[in-house]
Amino acid sequence: MSDFLTQYAYLIIPIIKVLILVVIVLTVDAYLTWIERKLIAHIQARWGPHRVGPHGLLQPLADGLKFIFKEDPLPSHVDKVTYFLAPFLALMLALTSLGVIPFGPQRFKVFGYETGIAIADVNISLLVLFAITALAVYGVALAGWASNSKYSLLGGLRSSAQMISYELALTLSVVGVLLLAGTFSLRDIIEHQDNGNLGLLGWNIFGFSKDGAGFTQVIGFLCFYIAAIAETNRIPFDLAEAESELVAGFHTEYASMKFAMFFIAEYTSMITISCLATILFFGGWLSPFPASWTFTYYVPSVVLIPLGLWVIFDGLRYETLLGRVVLPGVGTVLAVIGVALIVFPPVNDAIQGVFWFLAKVFTFLFIYVWMRGTLPRFRYDQLMSFGWKFLLPVSIANVVLTSAVVLWRMH
Amino acid sequence: MTGALVIFFALAALAVLGAISLIVQRHPIHSALSLIVVMVALAGLYLLMGAEFVAAVQIIVYGGAIMVLFIFVIMLLNAGEEERTNFSRLATFAGVPLALAVTGLIGAGIARSSASLPAPEPGGVLTSTRTLSTLLFSEFVYPFELTSFLILVAILGAIVLAQREN
Repeated sequence: MSDFLTQYAYLIIPIIKVLILVVIVLTVDAYLTWIERKLIAHIQARWGPHRVGPHGLLQPLADGLKFIFKEDPLPSHVDKVTYFLAPFLALMLALTSLGVIPFGPQRFKVFGYETGIAIADVNISLLVLFAITALAVYGVALAGWASNSKYSLLGGLRSSAQMISYELALTLSVVGVLLLAGTFSLRDIIEHQDNGNLGLLGWNIFGFSKDGAGFTQVIGFLCFYIAAIAETNRIPFDLAEAESELVAGFHTEYASMKFAMFFIAEYTSMITISCLATILFFGGWLSPFPASWTFTYYVPSVVLIPLGLWVIFDGLRYETLLGRVVLPGVGTVLAVIGVALIVFPPVNDAIQGVFWFLAKVFTFLFIYVWMRGTLPRFRYDQLMSFGWKFLLPVSIANVVLTSAVVLWRMH
Repeated sequence: MTGALVIFFALAALAVLGAISLIVQRHPIHSALSLIVVMVALAGLYLLMGAEFVAAVQIIVYGGAIMVLFIFVIMLLNAGEEERTNFSRLATFAGVPLALAVTGLIGAGIARSSASLPAPEPGGVLTSTRTLSTLLFSEFVYPFELTSFLILVAILGAIVLAQREN
């Protein structure tokens, strides 16, 4: 048995990792919709979902059930193959792109097979990621075309034009980071930003790297994040599904699980982009504090214990009986994890990287929702002139500037 | 080694099937989709040869940018299904023998040179991007710059064509 495991470890371990990642990502996607609805509701002084479960926490489950049991009508005169292919393509590519993202610094051996907290740790991971994002437009474009509907077609057209325009800026904006790190590997890019005693100043966004050849990538980051929001078709760039003009854009004719697949794909690509922003500009799993400040190792506990206590306190006075039972339970679990991290230092050490990574990723996801709650949608011609006349020149200027600084520092 | 061979033949079959489907399909969008399959299969083949950078760029440039433009234009023109016409006599009597002759020539060429040329090893050593770029900017710098110049001329041409309407 162990012989078999050792021999096929290179096949079995990635499959297990893929299954774990897909389950986690789909759960995060589901709760991202809850977070989004709650946050936007509070931005607009409403309550948001609060009927299904305490604080509406079971709303994603109810939504999922509704998606499964909805009727799934097939519109007439659709191009059947493409119509069915489009949602699969969208979801598959969105999930695949997460495969090259390293979530933590650890490398360990299982049955003699060296692996890390990433499905595939390839040395061109950034290029692979861009290759997959380059293909991701087909899901939206083909859905728009195959639906045999004017609204969908317009949505698909807008989306493909938008993707072509913003992909240039997206790719050029990371060239600065590549020039500084000299590698396509996401793991190496993170390690390049590790400047022990300067903490967060070593990240590419500030650019005090340990080899002294760093240069701040603020411009690159702003270009990257704007272009990335456009690539994921989110507000203020969601012209492909502008509901005031195009009903629901490219997914007007999709219902039930096929619509849900587009939905999940959109949220998954939001997660991918947040991970990428974290890795390229904000030091990935690196802690923002200097390495000599060992007391910052207790930050996860300091966050978890008060959060747990607050959830218990809030749960005890909740209106429904279910809430009074579930919420204190959840709070207790959070607080106990927080205490356990103090009691078992090796566990605390092990989760540091993943903790900071996830903290940064969720900050970016929060910004996504924040923008959706505050910004109006671009007009189509504004979108095009902004992309071509502002974003592209600025990101090219960033490339020129960064290469000049790198050349100057090298001599 | 056998694993690499299996992947090679799977990808090669996918590329050939995609190419056949590209010609046989009657709708332009389906043809374009088949072409994307060919591009992605080719990228897989490059990866198998150890040319990782070329593989990624193949997908980004051909699979992504160029094919998106194709599909965009087809969608914009709202091109419908093509109608089949009867095969022209010229195609039957001149085209088929010519196609066979060209295939034979290429086949003979490959058969003759395969003995002398060392075949790239499937799943062989990965060529690093650094090596590739060093070669591109030292040994092949003139062809590289000439290509850039050609593209610049094409961009200028496109601008001139677009400006004419105003």
